[in-house]
Amino acid sequence: MSLKGKKQSFRILRGDSENSSMEDFEIELDEGMVVLDCVHRIQHEQQADLAVRWNCKAGKCGSCSAEINGKPKLMCMTRMNDVVAETPENIPIEIRPMKSFPLIKDLVTDVSWNYEIAQKIKPINGPDEKNWEFNQMEADRVQHFRECIECFLCSNTCHVLRDHDLFDNFAGPRNLVRLAQFEMHPLDKEDRIPEIKKDFGVEYCNITRCCTEVCPAGINITDDAIIPLKERVVDRYYDPIKMIWRKITGRK
Amino acid sequence: MSIEYKHHEFDVIVIGAGGAGLRAAIESARSGVKTAIISKSLLGKAHTVMAVGGCAAALQNADPRDNWKVHFHDTMKGSKWLADWKMAEFHAKEAPERVRELEQWGAVFDRTNNNLINQRNFGGHTFPRLAHVGDSTGLEIIRTLQEKGIHSGIDIFMEYTVTDLFKDNEGKCIGCIGYNRVDGEIHTFSAKSIILATGGITRCWSICSGSWEYTGDGHALALKAGAELRDMEFVQFHPTGMVWPPSVRGILVTEGVRGEGGRLLNSENDRFMFNYVPEMFAGDHAETIEESNQWVEEVVSGKLATVRRPPELLTRDVVAKAINSEVKAGRGSPHGGAFLDISHRGEEAILKKLPSMHHQFKELAGVDISKEPMEVGPTAHYVMGGIRVDAKTQESCVSGLFACGEVASGLHGANRLGGNSLSDLIVFGKRAGEFASKNAKDKSQPTIDEDEIQKAASKILAPLMNKEGENPGKIYDELRDMMQENVGIIRTKEEMVSALTKLKEFDERQKNTFSGTSRKYNSGWHQALDLNNMIIVSKAATLAALTREESRGGHTRDDFPTPDDDYWGQILNIIWMDDGEVKIKQEEKEEMRDDLKDAIKEVKAMIAERAAEHGGEK
Ligand SMILES: Cc1cc2nc3c(=O)[nH]c(=O)nc-3n(C[C@H](O)[C@H](O)[C@H](O)COP(=O)(O)OP(=O)(O)OC[C@H]3O[C@@H](n4cnc5c(N)ncnc54)[C@H](O)[C@@H]3O)c2cc1C
Ligand code: SF4
Ligand code: SF4
Ligand code: FES
Repeated sequence: MSLKGKKQSFRILRGDSENSSMEDFEIELDEGMVVLDCVHRIQHEQQADLAVRWNCKAGKCGSCSAEINGKPKLMCMTRMNDVVAETPENIPIEIRPMKSFPLIKDLVTDVSWNYEIAQKIKPINGPDEKNWEFNQMEADRVQHFRECIECFLCSNTCHVLRDHDLFDNFAGPRNLVRLAQFEMHPLDKEDRIPEIKKDFGVEYCNITRCCTEVCPAGINITDDAIIPLKERVVDRYYDPIKMIWRKITGRK
Repeated sequence: MSIEYKHHEFDVIVIGAGGAGLRAAIESARSGVKTAIISKSLLGKAHTVMAVGGCAAALQNADPRDNWKVHFHDTMKGSKWLADWKMAEFHAKEAPERVRELEQWGAVFDRTNNNLINQRNFGGHTFPRLAHVGDSTGLEIIRTLQEKGIHSGIDIFMEYTVTDLFKDNEGKCIGCIGYNRVDGEIHTFSAKSIILATGGITRCWSICSGSWEYTGDGHALALKAGAELRDMEFVQFHPTGMVWPPSVRGILVTEGVRGEGGRLLNSENDRFMFNYVPEMFAGDHAETIEESNQWVEEVVSGKLATVRRPPELLTRDVVAKAINSEVKAGRGSPHGGAFLDISHRGEEAILKKLPSMHHQFKELAGVDISKEPMEVGPTAHYVMGGIRVDAKTQESCVSGLFACGEVASGLHGANRLGGNSLSDLIVFGKRAGEFASKNAKDKSQPTIDEDEIQKAASKILAPLMNKEGENPGKIYDELRDMMQENVGIIRTKEEMVSALTKLKEFDERQKNTFSGTSRKYNSGWHQALDLNNMIIVSKAATLAALTREESRGGHTRDDFPTPDDDYWGQILNIIWMDDGEVKIKQEEKEEMRDDLKDAIKEVKAMIAERAAEHGGEK
């Protein structure tokens, strides 16, 4: 279906944390557009000061996260064909910023919390010698996590943060993925289990898998990253045999 | 009334948080000086994140026949012998060490069967040389540096745009000024050394692979501060950008597709690259489809190649021009490109080796590349030109002002080899950080003149003072279309002369933009300020292109279609600024050191031997 020439209306959140409202816009569509193209068209033709983040326009940088008709998505990877098809005729397409993070302006939110948590995670700690040796199968396990583009859509969606506001107690799925990536690195020697339990609050996650559903990088966040981390915490703190074993051997 | 601002003091300021800036800041902080990094975007979003194919380094993991001499030779030859050979030498020698260091900082590259970093083939590289992660190498590198960087004690200023540099009476660079994109506040930074790592300029063309950040800010900042640029006529048009649908036109299709065996076809289903092998590369590439196929089979199964590579892997300038010619001859694809087909590799291999390309085409074009060919065409991708720096220290001719990464120049001459940018970032990022911090030691904190601060600050606020005017987005779009039309892949004198006239008109128009008066995340205001830089660098690129009356690498003249080795092959175009005017002068390139000339001869003999045996080495 070609959308060329179709007049399409949008309803976009405008304003800042003190004062915001939904505003209506109408533009003419071209073939093959994505939602981000429409926002840019509005910016270039009507509202020069409309605020939006973007960089790569190809789903690689994770800058353009928003909620399109209520669904958390990358604007640059959401085709207008699909959005128009799901939106009832004569109803505007709704674009809002991510809800869980403080609004800066229009579609731009303050995601600095994610960076602050990242700063608290202990970095990789491997051998001092260069030319690390491990095979592709071992690499695969971690590479999957490292495909994260830091769009923060997962953390935006997670009810622990979105509804319960536990930003001080829970690291959020994105940073749990980061922890998993270090923990499962074949040559990493660091111990992060105590803080995964305590500071990063892995136990707050109740495996609803909403984060996994929205991840544009296709990372199996819940099953591949969070559940294994939970298991490691359980092994450490709740498994009596392993606890005794640790006491005897002095290992972590 | 004077304009308010916040002031900060550091030893070293790095402007830019891509691979080059992060690597420089890590090195600077490591040497114990107080370091800050400033970037227009959030951390981890710079261009480097988009790099796909790989990072070139003669690690000798995939093919033991490789070594720094071969990498040096390939870089010089790819540059059409215009690169700064000192930089090419440092680069070839140091890249392996820098890549291994990334591994220790957490980068997880694809592995060889021997459990080491794997390497893939790319155009112009004699052996498989690119360390990679599927097709998201840039993401891996920037994330690794970001994770290292945040634990290195660097102060990070995210979403700040720098608009001017300051110098003292002796001409030393001592600081910069910019604004916070979020709240519009003005900030000044005094520093003993400043490193520019702002990336490229390709946003000046309407079909490009770059983001809004690529407005040439660093190039313009340096020019305004008295530094020189070189090689500005050399803009790399990557042969394979997406061409359809219109909204994604220009977005990159990695060369990795061809490295993995992708075939270029025209509308007559002809593998046309066999017809476009230039004399310079005669004998280096496969001459039959059978030889090409054998090479792909050997390489993808992890064997050493015993035959020559397919002509699809010729250097980027050659392939881009070939596609251009096929389209002009009426043999293009439906939307004005060529077909690139990788479907013969099968779905499993494609999903493993090229997952993000598969995803990109599926989502954005509705094309399944494991079943159908892609449509591709040239896109403005990289600027070889940039700030002229000392090879060893990366310092420009302005004392205390350093540059590294895409904004610097010298390593790539007239044409950059794929994969040589990511390695450039880490090799010269480290050098810039090292020498900038040395320069900063034992110096007292410089003071910036208040009048100059006020002048620079009022320039920042100027667009907000307008009561009415054009939408800056409109000027921006028209400027890019103009450059695409007049200073694109094939150039003529008439078009470039008219481009220079038009650039003067844009210069006037950009003064009268209107984007509201709010300072808060005002995208229009930001764009109005970026326009200024785009016009300066467009002038620089156009003037250099108009002056070079030959065709070489990333610079092709319709009116001078061949290289002129006797004159222009020896000459560099140097751009500088005098009282706000962009000026040009010529300088002879420096003669190569004898031992390096011998290294080149040695490698040439090795390659000739391979060609003589029809590639059949034992
Ligand atoms: C799609 C694509 C694919 C590529 N693939 C490859 C590849 O496979 N191999 C390879 O070797 N190369 C590749 N390249 C080229 C390579 O990615 C870039 O040349 C390289 O990443 C540039 O890095 P950099 O650190 O110099 O700049 P960037 O990564 O672009 O970073 C520039 C930084 O400067 C900041 N900045 C700019 N202006 C200002 C200002 N005024 N004030 C403050 N901050 C500022 C930006 O915010 C940003 O943080 C590719 C490029 C693209 C676009
Ligand atoms: S699975 Fe856990 S982290 Fe993911 S959304 Fe549900 S509660 Fe949050
Ligand atoms: S894990 Fe997925 S959803 Fe979360 S930030 Fe990374 S890419 Fe985005
Ligand atoms: S702009 Fe990069 S993910 Fe959308």
